[in-house]
Amino acid sequence: MLEVIVQRGTTEASRTDRFDVPARDSQTVLDVVTWIQQAVDPTLSYRFSCRVGMCGSCAMMINGVPRWTCRTHVSRVVQNGRLEIAPLRNLPVIKDLVTDMDPFFDKWVAAEARHHPTRGRLEDSDPITANSPDRAEADLGIECINCGICYAACDTVAGNPEYLGPAALQRAWTLLNDSRDANRSGILAAVSGKGGCHNCHSMGSCAQYCPNALNPMRAIAGLKRETVKAALRRKRDA
Amino acid sequence: MLDLRLYMLQRLSALVMAPLVLGHIAVMIYAIQGGLTTAEILGRTQGSLLWFLFYGLFVVAVSVHAAIGLRVIVHEWLGLGGMVLAALTWGICAPLLVLGLSAAFAVTLP
Repeated sequence: MLEVIVQRGTTEASRTDRFDVPARDSQTVLDVVTWIQQAVDPTLSYRFSCRVGMCGSCAMMINGVPRWTCRTHVSRVVQNGRLEIAPLRNLPVIKDLVTDMDPFFDKWVAAEARHHPTRGRLEDSDPITANSPDRAEADLGIECINCGICYAACDTVAGNPEYLGPAALQRAWTLLNDSRDANRSGILAAVSGKGGCHNCHSMGSCAQYCPNALNPMRAIAGLKRETVKAALRRKRDA
Repeated sequence: MLDLRLYMLQRLSALVMAPLVLGHIAVMIYAIQGGLTTAEILGRTQGSLLWFLFYGLFVVAVSVHAAIGLRVIVHEWLGLGGMVLAALTWGICAPLLVLGLSAAFAVTLP
């Protein structure tokens, strides 16, 4: 048997419930949550979709650590037969294990972390050079599945709610290195404001906990470098 | 709470401070080792433009660097922002600047 403590309710009114869940071989944390909802308490709210680590919707705090629950085996994270499951940190809770992801995605938009095309839809697509250094740098960050784990792990986000966060900044960095993105100066301006990349303390929790082994800290360091270079160029050319 | 301007100011002030800190430590060790008296030290610093520039620049860099660093800590730990944070930043920078420069003047004015 596993002793499972689940956070319930909303940010304003939260409590914990205790469930005894049968332990099984090759059991994931998502299996545990699903068992509770199907066998004990159908009112338990949680979010999942693909169950294979592609969609990025099932991330939760497991024993205080942000993880993708569908690819996390209970045997790897259980402590003395006990699991504490809570909604992702640094985000408002809608109900139980479901967080409101709006602040997370609003910051992607604020960081200009969206594609600015160089060509229209009626023109031929712009081919990329797979082995160029810029493309290689962009490729390091494009496997992000928007799960929000780095955002939950980041202590700078916890202390500074304006901070754009690792995921949005990493996407801005991949676009900055993408030859098919037409708004380099717009991206650099968007990541240079009060909540921008310069707030990162390089603590590295984003890289430590990213389930896809990406390194947003590296991307943010790149943004710091490029924003400073661009500012010095502006001064020189003024 | 760091935009590009504050970030660059903090990095540049750190760049200035690094060699000056080493120089300051070297001077302190030298002054103590040889057993220099206050009068002997003042005899070397008073009227010296070089020592005024050395410690004057040090004081300016420290004031800027400390004010920005504490501003970030106060914002993240106490949640202060806006005008209060700006006032606090200047409230840290200005006294450090005044105290430091008055000390630099005191030992270098002829």
